[in-house]
Amino acid sequence: MNPQDKKTNLSLWYRNSSAASTLTILLILLLMSTALAIAAPAFLKASNLLSTARNFSAIAVAGIGVSVVILTGNIDISIGSIYGLAGVSVAMLMKSGWSLVPAVAAGMAVGGLCGLANGLLVVYLRLPSYIATLGMMQIVRGVCYILTQGYPVSGMADSFKWIGQGELMGVPLPIYFMVLFALVFAVFRNRTKTGRRIFALGGNEEATRISGVNTKALKILCFVLAGVCAAFAGVINASKVGVAQPTAGNGFEMDAIASVIIGGSSMGGGVGTVTGTLIGAAIMGVLRNALVLLSVESYWQTLVMGVVIISAVTIDQLRKARR
Amino acid sequence: MSEQTRPLLEMRGVSKSFPGVKALDRVDLQVYPGEVLALVGENGAGKSTLMKILSGVHRMDEGEIYLEGKAVSLPDPLSSQKAGISIIYQELNTLNNLSIAENIFIGREPIAKNGLVDRQRQHREARALLDEVKLPLDTQTLTGKLSTAQKQMVEVAKALSFNAKLIIMDEPTSSLTNAETRTLFDIVRRLKARGVAIVFITHRMVEIFQIADRVAVLRDGQMAATMHARDTTEADIISAMVGREIGDLYVKEVAPLGEVALEVQGLSTKNRLHDVSFYVRSGEILGFAGLVGAGRSEVMRAVFGIDPRQSGTILVRGKKAAIRKTGDALRYGIGFVPEDRKEQALILDMTVKKNMSLAALDRVSRGWFIDRLRESRLAEKFVSLLRVRTPSLEQRVKNLSGGNQQKVVIAKWMANEPLILILDEPTRGIDVGAKKEIHKLMSDLARQGVAIVLVSSELPEVIGMSDRIVVMHEGRVKGSFDRRGVTQEEIMQMAVS
Ligand SMILES: Nc1ncnc2c1ncn2[C@@H]1O[C@H](COP(=O)(O)OP(=O)(O)OP(=O)(O)O)[C@@H](O)[C@H]1O
Ligand SMILES: [Mg+2]
Repeated sequence: MNPQDKKTNLSLWYRNSSAASTLTILLILLLMSTALAIAAPAFLKASNLLSTARNFSAIAVAGIGVSVVILTGNIDISIGSIYGLAGVSVAMLMKSGWSLVPAVAAGMAVGGLCGLANGLLVVYLRLPSYIATLGMMQIVRGVCYILTQGYPVSGMADSFKWIGQGELMGVPLPIYFMVLFALVFAVFRNRTKTGRRIFALGGNEEATRISGVNTKALKILCFVLAGVCAAFAGVINASKVGVAQPTAGNGFEMDAIASVIIGGSSMGGGVGTVTGTLIGAAIMGVLRNALVLLSVESYWQTLVMGVVIISAVTIDQLRKARR
Repeated sequence: MSEQTRPLLEMRGVSKSFPGVKALDRVDLQVYPGEVLALVGENGAGKSTLMKILSGVHRMDEGEIYLEGKAVSLPDPLSSQKAGISIIYQELNTLNNLSIAENIFIGREPIAKNGLVDRQRQHREARALLDEVKLPLDTQTLTGKLSTAQKQMVEVAKALSFNAKLIIMDEPTSSLTNAETRTLFDIVRRLKARGVAIVFITHRMVEIFQIADRVAVLRDGQMAATMHARDTTEADIISAMVGREIGDLYVKEVAPLGEVALEVQGLSTKNRLHDVSFYVRSGEILGFAGLVGAGRSEVMRAVFGIDPRQSGTILVRGKKAAIRKTGDALRYGIGFVPEDRKEQALILDMTVKKNMSLAALDRVSRGWFIDRLRESRLAEKFVSLLRVRTPSLEQRVKNLSGGNQQKVVIAKWMANEPLILILDEPTRGIDVGAKKEIHKLMSDLARQGVAIVLVSSELPEVIGMSDRIVVMHEGRVKGSFDRRGVTQEEIMQMAVS
């Protein structure tokens, strides 16, 4: 390859590649962290960093799942409710004597079923995904209340707390789970045939269908994956708190979706990376931590989050906009 | 249009680069009032880019533009419209969810006294424009329901509505049949008589001599030659374009015919097709002729499992084939190059490599996983086989020129190595040299035993390439011809009645 080609590829890469987008937001994360480290040196303490990471891992796991739906140009706003229902289900099963692993598997299956319902509504009733999952959001939340009669579920065996509170070599377990999900999904999206077809579907559904891809099944699969991930995130959260609240995850879908969007995914579909979503979740986490460390009133936190979402996406748009 | 009159438009030393591509290199161009200038050149030579600079879509890196002697800057499409330039883009821009009338007047709807859109006036003016382009459709029809050719005529109507001094047409005829092309040329002659200047981009040599006064040839981003159409020959133009002679466009070698590869019996769809039957043998090229709207594309879509069928049987190599979705068709070894590359074939935001492998992922994978080396090799092979002009395999397809995009579509389906290959307008927008290459590839595939179904609005192509020709009219098969001896007139006669 001659140097001219290299330069060409570099500039093409910078404008087109998702990696460049990831790099841009990574820079934003680093800038934020540096500023915070200066303003509040306590930020850099290992214990603080680890607990911050632990706190955004549920957002990251759910974000990684919903990013697959976003990749197809759809959206899933029922994931907050699925997150709640999964926590409640696992807690109730364990209370009735199930052991941890089967209970968690069942909780994830519940999430998968909710996702399946979403997918079927979108594909066969042709509802816009926003509407279908808006309905499911209420239905699933309703199920949470009916199952628990509105009371938090507690009194599970101690093993329940392992997923959210356990540690391995001094690092909280949720961080391992987050990394595991990220790796599996990165490989799935970038290296497998199915992953490639999901990107294609998001870019041009009709052309993908004419390429011999079963786009209906593919879309349903994406909703199922989002449901499963949201469910696991819900389990992490319930286990971390030690109690399963029927209200858990109210508004959580917006955090997860925000991390995907900050991470450079396009709502129109076809564009986005797992690493980006991970960094997006980290930005949200660091920001939360900053507002705590700098003792900003919690009412302001929500406002600042909104500003960050808009700024991060604007910066990324500026990079791409050139004729 | 003699050189003594002052040019309407003059471009001087226009250059434009994209990352990795010098698309235009110090191009000079003059256009005189009342003339038709044919702008020709190979795929990727820079024709569309030059015109997009005039229409304000692209900004030139250097150069000057004069309109009626005055220097102008055209930073955006609106200022270009105001300066009296109107353009029909190569890639159609109709908005499918709007009506024809709304498409024509988008952004400049006639306003009534009450401040709302004056729908009646909009309808009346749209009606007049549609009559002018001979499109017998209701102005309220949704554009999404139209065929590609009809959409093209809507774009022409829209361009007329600006009353521009200069109208640019970027490959307007590539999706039109002879009859529609004739209508378009009548319109062009009328405009010309009114003193409007027209820049006309085409890859069809005959059209140049039918309509153009002068020819400008772009080659690798440079202005290679300008000549008067009456003092020049097809061979001159081609050699200015490609720098060599290319000889006969239709290279169909005889291939031994095998068993019947694909047979369709009594195919009907809800309200378009009636009792369509045909067969094609392996090694054979079966041409489909007919007017636009005759239902040829619909047949192919139904066979490939894109649209539902009401009745009819499909046999692949003698056995009944259950094709309900496109994936089934792929499993039976059928490939399909659809007529509209932008909407039906390409993922514009994906790279050249990923588009080429999309229908052939099974061939470049181990189990679930894509083997990236094999994928790159596949793409490299077809980029060089079809001479796709792209700075890298990682270029997004939307940044390629129209003809090069079409080559990517063809590569995508060749990559899947189908046994039966359906081609709907495969050489649309492809330059003469590349067209010959693709014809040669088709002939080679046939010799290797592939059964090919070729739908084309270009009769010489159908006649030149096919072993047999099926003629369709209003959703029915009207008859068929043997290749030998059939003339364009005979086919047209069958196609119109
Ligand atoms: N937006 C873009 N970004 C990058 N490269 C571009 C872009 N538009 C055009 N090019 C490149 O510029 C060159 C000229 O393209 P152009 O579309 O002008 O060709 P053309 O002469 O119209 O070809 P065709 O006959 O295939 O339509 C090509 O190499 C193309 O890849
Ligand atoms: Mg072009």
